Amino acid sequence: MASQSGSLPRYIAVRVLLVIPLVWVLLTVVFLLLRVAPGDPVSASVGDRLSADALAERREAAGLDRSLIVQYLEYLGNVAQFDFGSTFRTNTPILSVIRDQGGATLTLTLGAFLVALLIGIPLGRLAGRFRDTAGDVAIRLYGVVSYAAPLFWVGILLVVLVNQLAPAWPTNDIASPFTKLDSADYTVTHILLIDTLLAGDTEAFVDVLQHHLLPCLTLGFLLSGVIVRLVRINVIQALQGDYVEAARARGIREGQVVRRHAFRNALVPVITVVGLQVALTLSGAVLTEKTFNWPGIGSALVKFIGERDYIAVQGLVTFFAVVVVVTSLLVDVINALVDPRVRY
Amino acid sequence: MRGLWSTIWNTKGVARWVLLIGVAITLVFVVFAVFAPWIAPYGFAQNSVDGTKLPKLAEPGSGYLLGTNDQFYDVFSRVVWGSRTALQVIVLSVLFAGLIGVPLGLVSGFLGGWVDRLLVFVMDAIYSFPALLLAIVFSFLLTDKVGGGVIPAALSLTAIYIPQYFRVVRNTTVSAREATYVEAARAIGAGPFTIMRKYLFSNVVQSVPVVATLNAADALGTLAALGFLGLGIQPTEAAEWGYDISRGLDDAQSGVWWPAFFPAMAIILLITALTLVGEGLNETVNPALRRRRHRRFSFPDRASEPLEASA
Repeated sequence: MASQSGSLPRYIAVRVLLVIPLVWVLLTVVFLLLRVAPGDPVSASVGDRLSADALAERREAAGLDRSLIVQYLEYLGNVAQFDFGSTFRTNTPILSVIRDQGGATLTLTLGAFLVALLIGIPLGRLAGRFRDTAGDVAIRLYGVVSYAAPLFWVGILLVVLVNQLAPAWPTNDIASPFTKLDSADYTVTHILLIDTLLAGDTEAFVDVLQHHLLPCLTLGFLLSGVIVRLVRINVIQALQGDYVEAARARGIREGQVVRRHAFRNALVPVITVVGLQVALTLSGAVLTEKTFNWPGIGSALVKFIGERDYIAVQGLVTFFAVVVVVTSLLVDVINALVDPRVRY
Repeated sequence: MRGLWSTIWNTKGVARWVLLIGVAITLVFVVFAVFAPWIAPYGFAQNSVDGTKLPKLAEPGSGYLLGTNDQFYDVFSRVVWGSRTALQVIVLSVLFAGLIGVPLGLVSGFLGGWVDRLLVFVMDAIYSFPALLLAIVFSFLLTDKVGGGVIPAALSLTAIYIPQYFRVVRNTTVSAREATYVEAARAIGAGPFTIMRKYLFSNVVQSVPVVATLNAADALGTLAALGFLGLGIQPTEAAEWGYDISRGLDDAQSGVWWPAFFPAMAIILLITALTLVGEGLNETVNPALRRRRHRRFSFPDRASEPLEASA
């Protein structure tokens, strides 16, 4: 292993090449599920409202009258060019749905990660250091409950609580109606939080930021449980290391030992696992967005499912698959840059 | 089975209590599920008695233990019937996933080669996919084609958990394949099928109960999430906690907390209990984590020792 440990470019190249078959497998699964299994997306979505002739016309226009093999190859080709198809009802390209609503999901998930790290790391560190004490048990219980409590339930509890304490605080959507009207022209990045800031509209920016608090707390609560458990285990393991023993033997105080010697090493695996939580985060984002009427791509997915729009669902699910694979690639690369032991 | 009991009994400290508390809470829900018709005062979709409607949004304790909801249903009955639905879906989905995942893992680990590589790759791809999204897609398809009953809901959760059984069983098979007893079996002429069935299977399934209980906890959460999104179990088919919560959310914002609160508590309790069972099992069954209980032992009294008797 030592002889290969310097070959960072090679590791990254192999990792990038592995993405192609992984994406291919996922795309095939998605295609099999959403195009082959249901039969006919046209009659599923508008079948009850159109005559047989009109249905056939729509089918031909969408290219659904061709053989499945042709459709499959076309689908792969389109995805390779980042074309995820169009919605069936309004013929909006999925890519523009993602562009318009992706920003809201992005700021929601990043905010949630921030919350999760701010809660999870200190709690996990405390639990790990004071292992098997009452505090440790309480923190572990927090970890279990954060996982057991339904996300949407936590969200609504927060809303009820905030309504009691601060009735003026926004509990719904990404911005108040007035801000939405004002900020309709800000479309530089399509990320509302950044757009309002770029436009210099401080009032709108603060409003959008306030709207972020509850959804980010809700999703962050779910993720914080994972991080607590992880940091706790890693601190416990790091505290058993020889270098910790050595530090103690040199007479360094316990607080210092935990902070300087154990904690830092415990954080390395946390980077990996936090990166791997992207799948969990996206699942949670769908629920959080539905709870808070958040205009993100999770809400869009739920809406398309309600409309039985198979093509739009297929497009969004494909996009989610690509996001998951690409982020796990990024995490691996970052990890390899940070930790030389990973490059095998 | 007797071996398992004695291992649990001989385990020391927290792990055993975690396991026992988890089992106790789970049993309460099992009793609810099995005896639902006798425990629940009303049917799961019953909003009237002898032609008179139940009150709407009656407070807990006012003749209705946990109150009534906006559909004139008795909340306690919904919780009890909901536990039947939840346990049915959980058991079926875990069973289906195990029935597919365990044999696949066994064959894949035993055969090795390109079959193994391909299966590992596909399973890893499915595992990397957001679980809820996978369940949403399956549920979306199945509700459309089959209907919104218990079995379609269980099937839509199955796909999520197959990779986990596959991975655990495959990895243990790969290491067990090289063991001496397998070599011995091969030496006396056992074929690959016999080796897998008689020698590997019982050694490899040891880790399955832990995975199964942790998956059961996860399946319950996912089922509730599907219900919240309007997928999974349809309200005409059975009582489902996630659906009840989503219906109760609007009322909860205006101060009527009970229609959503009690189903949510049921979910939290049952998921916590199942997680405790899983963690407890892991720490008792896994010899590396187990701390054995020391039986109290007192030396026989010297005076009464019949030393002279033998002389």
